This record gives sequence, structure tokens and C-alpha cells, in this order.
Amino acid sequence: MRALPDFRSPRWAALTALLTTSVLLTACGSGTGGSGAGDGKPRSGGTLTFAVGSDAGCVDPQQVGSNDTIYSVRQVVDSLTDQDPRTGKIVPWLAKSWDISADATAFTFHLRSGVTFSDGSPLTAQVVKDNFDAVPHLGVLGTLAEGYLSGVKSTTVVDPLTVKVTFEQPNAQFLQATSTHSLGIESSASAKRSPQQKCSDGVIGSGPFVLKQYVQNQSVTLAKRRGYAWGSSRWNKKGEAYLDKLVFKVVPEAGVRAGSLRSGQVDAIGSVGRADEAALKGGQVTLQRRANPGIVFGLGFNNARPLLKDARVRRAILAAVDRKQIADTVFPTGTRAATSVLAHTTPDYTNLAPDLAFDAAKAKSLLDEAGWKAGGDGTRTKDGKKLNLTIDWVPNAATNQPALELIQQQLKAVGVQVTLKQLQLTQLTPTQQSGEFDATWGNITRADPDILRSSFSTKLANFYRVPASGLDRTLSAQAATTDPEGRSKLVTQAQRSIVRDAYNVPVVELQTQLGLSTKVHSLAFDASSRIQLHDTWIG
Amino acid sequence: MRGYVLKRLAQAVGVLWAAYTVSFLVLDYLPGDPVTAMAGAGMDSGQVDPRQIAALRHEYGFDKPVLTQYAEYLGRAVRGDFGNSVATGRPVASTLADALPQTLQLTASALLFAVVLGGGLAVTATYTTRRWLRQLLLSLPPLGVSVPTFWVGLLLVEAFSFRLRWFPAFGNDGLKGLVLPALTLAVPTGALIAQVLAKSLLTALDQPYVETARAKGAGRWRVHLRHALRNASLPALTVAGLLVGQLIAGSVVVETVFSRDGLGRVTAAAVTAQDIPVVQGVVAFGALIFVTTNLVVDLVYPLLDPRIVVASERRARIA
Repeated sequence: MRALPDFRSPRWAALTALLTTSVLLTACGSGTGGSGAGDGKPRSGGTLTFAVGSDAGCVDPQQVGSNDTIYSVRQVVDSLTDQDPRTGKIVPWLAKSWDISADATAFTFHLRSGVTFSDGSPLTAQVVKDNFDAVPHLGVLGTLAEGYLSGVKSTTVVDPLTVKVTFEQPNAQFLQATSTHSLGIESSASAKRSPQQKCSDGVIGSGPFVLKQYVQNQSVTLAKRRGYAWGSSRWNKKGEAYLDKLVFKVVPEAGVRAGSLRSGQVDAIGSVGRADEAALKGGQVTLQRRANPGIVFGLGFNNARPLLKDARVRRAILAAVDRKQIADTVFPTGTRAATSVLAHTTPDYTNLAPDLAFDAAKAKSLLDEAGWKAGGDGTRTKDGKKLNLTIDWVPNAATNQPALELIQQQLKAVGVQVTLKQLQLTQLTPTQQSGEFDATWGNITRADPDILRSSFSTKLANFYRVPASGLDRTLSAQAATTDPEGRSKLVTQAQRSIVRDAYNVPVVELQTQLGLSTKVHSLAFDASSRIQLHDTWIG
Repeated sequence: MRGYVLKRLAQAVGVLWAAYTVSFLVLDYLPGDPVTAMAGAGMDSGQVDPRQIAALRHEYGFDKPVLTQYAEYLGRAVRGDFGNSVATGRPVASTLADALPQTLQLTASALLFAVVLGGGLAVTATYTTRRWLRQLLLSLPPLGVSVPTFWVGLLLVEAFSFRLRWFPAFGNDGLKGLVLPALTLAVPTGALIAQVLAKSLLTALDQPYVETARAKGAGRWRVHLRHALRNASLPALTVAGLLVGQLIAGSVVVETVFSRDGLGRVTAAAVTAQDIPVVQGVVAFGALIFVTTNLVVDLVYPLLDPRIVVASERRARIA
């Protein structure tokens, strides 16, 4: 341990006086610095050390999909728009304003002037065009960003600060997509580099922080962008960020992350599970949580399977799951049982709690009605066949297995035998494509209700083999409706229809939970339950 | 002697080739493939364009017949080229070369700790005349071999980093950051050294030459350290290859617990991402270290005990 110098000795006293004076002078000069710690006033300066569990091996915001990496790379780029996490409303950021054609096929953005990238180049309509032209060629890693721009006809430069994006079909989700990290705007030079180069070397953005160093599997270091003056309209502080430096350390062991936070070796940690909560209680730590918007964790049925074609069987399974018990025993404190196919933090979410109430009696009578008779060994049978459901899952979250084992028990109680089949992450997509599955366990984070269309429209991938129905029309109509009230009505209708027909069994909302030292202030979740560190300060 | 060396060299090359081939076959047999892994990493939407996957598979040569792939890979591997990582696009050779110094640092310090702790334990246990102390000390190595490294690491972090705050809990920063991971890794290795050394020391102490030395009036310490220990170290040297294997395998766990950069982390990440070129590189590299260690031991052995070469040559003549 390094010994602290003894400030009482005369030699140090002189130095201390000198230092104090210069600090005071600096404070007077800049006018932004607070007058000291503990008075609750935001202060500039300092380093935030944030421990995350994994490294995706890529530092290009347009390509990454994992929260642990989004936390850091998000800070490097600005987006055309921002989304208010409370209302879901889209607000100005790099775009001062925008116009959307009545049929939701053309989006015109009016850019802010005076914005520069960290390589000195200015933000122009051409830069945005370069970005949107490059995104469809990102390849396998950039599927999120590509999805947002799918069906794009052209991006045109109207004038130096006006850019217009046109789609073949109505695409109301695109406005929200422009607020995500996936469509964060990079400099033209960056946009023109190969996806691999951007992954390993990082990108040039116009964001409040600049990438200083990336050491794979170790750390991402960011420094404050001096002269930054084009923050989102949602942020409290104007101009530069408070913090001088951000250091994201990769610490895979959850227990080590929690202990490091508790012992002050880091200021914040990601992915706090239920098991770590006890270790963090008391002391100088607060837990911060928010449900991820989008499709909740649940069972995605293969609705074409003979067993699951029968709506009564699907509804019986929907009723036989005790969501509250699962949320309370397996997931971090505060996790909510699903009350719709969408999480409550998604814009246009509708509370359908009564339709998702646990009702074992109802489940049993529905199965009786469908011809599945209770047998001697507890498993129902029909025409000599047992009522067996296989659930495919991947071990990408620690909560998956215990949650599914609980569901297995709950379904057994009504006579449904469940087989759990663990797949490698790499097998999931091929399995869903092939249709060789009964049900898969998973969720999708997205702060726009259009995620329902991506998952349940028969006109897209339709992994869940949902039969063509009026739902298709509702989903297409919401994608073509720009009027917020009209769209909200259609989204509500779609949620009701999915839950009523039990095309999917919603179970729990995924909750993102962070652990923060009490000296970290104003670290809030954005609309996608990720973080923006411009307003964050330490003191 | 020349025949002995050549034979050992040929064996070493054979082991390397076998390790490479077996790992290739196993990786080829495993379900899933690296390109889809790459596409699905960190995504939960699972919407991947099959055409892009096909294009990437072609780019990496995964669409060729297995035998062709094997021949190509082996041909390049012989020249030290293990291709590029599927996950990061970086050459495998430089990925391993970057991680190597960190792991060498860790394993070297762990070996030092292990020799001091394990050797000290064996010598003390066999030297002491107190029965209870000997029993106690000799019961430690089996414990050290059987406790999970993971658990030892977490225990040490809890005590010396989170509570006492003497050492950092993670990272590759300097000597301080090296102490806890090296200690963790030293536990199973030291236990193995202690086990082997204690057993052979006890055997050596019963040998006639020890009696002779004693009869000539040598002191207890002198007999123990100069006479018995010297002979007893030969079996310990024999397990050196085993120790190296244990250290490399242990680094996967230790580097993960302590968030250290190194070969272990590279391995763990490569396995998770099904990054086949990197896994192949790690296997080949691990085998190379293992084989080299054993080769060195085999070549040093006759210097310590000339009877070994004689025996080997006699066997060769009979065969």
C-alpha cells in the first residue's frame, strides 16, 4: 500500500496551500465546477469505473447487440433523435426536427448545424447518407441496425443539412430506430471502413466521449470530448459531459463484480443478479433497475405443431403458468410478472393482467375440452399419446434454467409433461428457421411496439408459424400509422389478439439491474434500459 | 545417446500431430458452426440472413470438404499460421502471442509459489518427529488437489481484496495484481509437488545410503536436504509435464475469476464463441508446450541418471 504523505509537516503544508489555491482559481475560472463534494451540486471531472460481465469483441455501436458493450460504445456516438424513457416520445438530438410522410414511407430530418466529429469533420446530410448506405452491408454482426433499415429505398441529400430516407413500405418504427445506438451516426470516414476494422479499432463519432483505448476482454477507456455542445434535448447539462474519463472493465465473475463495488474498487457494475443482491445490501451501494422494453421473456410457440395448433391447448398453458411465483423466486428483486406480450416500459403497452392470471382450474378444463384426459401417472393422454411439450432454450442468462424448471413443475400440475432441451446459442436461429421445435424461451429488447410485427407478422420471418389472420392487418396498419393515438389503438389491439389466441406465453419482464456506488449521481436508464453518461457525475 | 534423443523428438512430433488431428475432428463433429455463432452473439432477435451466413462460410472456407479443410489447416499450421479468429478477425498467431506473456508471468509465479509451498511442506512433514504435525501436513496435499480452483480464487479475493484491501480483485496491473491469481493457481500445483515429493522423501529416507550417511556422522538436516532430497527430486521432475498441463488448464479458471488477460481467457472466449481457428491454435500451442516440457525432462533425465539411456538402448537392442 502506498503511504499517504503526512500533511501536518511544514513542507507539505506549503504544497497543500499552493494546491488548494490553484484548485480554487480553476474553479473560479471555469465557473462550472461545484464547490465540493457532498453538497449535492453536480461537479465536473473525475473518472467513472464501470465493471461489466462480458466483451462482445467489437467496439462499433452499429454492430453490437449486447448490453455490456452497448454501455460503453453508446457514449461515442450521437443519434438523430432521442427517446424519452418516461413517455416513449421521440425528441430532437442531432436532428432539430423531422417530417414524416402521411403513409410513413418518407422521413426527412433537419440536422443541427455546427456539429463536428472527433476527427474534426462536420455533420452533414451526406454523412448521414453514408451511414445509412453502409448499414445494410454490415454483415452478420449488424443485424439490429440492418433490421431497422430493411426495405429502405434510398437516402437522399436534400440540402447540406437535410436528409431524406424513403422506404418501399410504411415503416413507422424507423423514427424510434433513429434514437438507438444501432443507428448512431459515425463520421463518413468511419462509415466507409470495413465492419471488421470498425469492430477492432472503433469508430469516430460526434458523441460526448471519445474512444481512447480498447483492450479486448480487458477494458474500454473513453475520454471526455472537449467542446461538445450538441447533446440531446433530453439531457439536463448543456455542453460537455461532467466526467473526464470512463473506464469499463471486463469482470466476468458476478461475485467479483459485486465485491469490487462493495470494496470501492469500481464505481458501478452491470448485470446484478438475485444472488448478488444480498452481498450489496447496506453500505455505500444502491441498486438501480428498469424493465427492458420489448417482448417479455416467455415461450414462443411453434403454432404449426399438431399439439399447439389447438388454441385450447395453448390457452391452457397460458393459464397454467404462475408468473408471479417465477418472478419472485428466480429473478432479481423488483422483476415484474408479464402483464402483456410487451413489457410495461414499451410505448403503447397495454395492461392485460386479467388475461394472464394464473388459473390452474381453467387450464385443466381447457385441456379436458381439447380431449386430453388425465391419466394414471399424472400426464394427460389423447389417442394413446402423452401430452408432452419440448421447450428449447439457450444458456445465455443464469435465470433461464431455474425459470424453466419452475414452469416445468407448474405445467406438470395440470398434466402437461415438459422436456427441456438445451441448445447452443448457435443452434437457436437454425432451429427456429427449420421449424423443428415446440417452443423456445427468450425475449427481445426494443423500445418500439413494432417489435410485435417483426415477431408475429406472417409477412416476415414468422419463426413462430403464426397462421395468417386479422392480426397481420393490425400489425401492418400500426407500421403505417404516424398519428400516435391511432397507432396506440392498433398496438393495443395486436397485444390483445396475441394474448387471446395465446400465440406466445408471456412470463416475466426482463429487468436490467445495475449496482452503483452512492457517490455516482444522475446515472439513469434510457428508453431501451441502457445508459447515457453525459449527465453523470461523481461527488 | 543420439538414438535416444531422436526417438524422443519423433515421439514429440507424433503427439503434436495427434493433438491437432483429434481436436480438428472433435471440433468438426460438434453441433453448430462458428459463423452462425458470430451472427447470433449477443443478439436475442435471432434474425439472420442465410445468404450472408453462406457468404461468410465461404470466406472462411467452412464450406469445403472436411478432408480438404484438414489438409489446408495442417499445412498452414506447420508453418505457424493458424488463420484468423472468426470472432475478431485478428490472426490467431498474434492473438496467442499477445496473451502469452501475461499467462507466462502468471504460471511462472504460480510455479515459484508451488515449489516453495509444496516443497516446504514436504520437507517439513518428513523432517518433523512430531507424529500429529506430520499427519496434519500430509493431509493437506489431497485437500489442495481436490478443492476447486474457482472456489479458492473467490475465497482469496474475498479475504485479501474485498476485506483487507491489500490486492486488487481484477486486472493485469503490475506485481500486486499477480499475487492472488498466482497463489490460487499454486494451490493444486503445490499440492501435487508436495504429494510426490513427500512420498519419495519418505522412501529415500529408508534407503541404505541414508543409513550410511547417518553412520558417517552427518547431521539430520544434512542427510535430509543433501542426500535424501536430491534423490527424491527425480520423481518430482518426472511430473513436471503434468504440472505444466495443470498450470495451463488452471489458467482458464484463474484468469476468468481475476479478469486477467491471457491464454486462459482467450481459450474460454474462443470456446464460448465457437471460434474454431482460435481453439485449434490453443490446442496446438498447449500441446507444443506440453511436449517441449516433457522432451526437456526426458533429455535432462539421463544427465541425472545415466542408467536410463542404458536401459532404453538395451530394450531397443532386444526388440
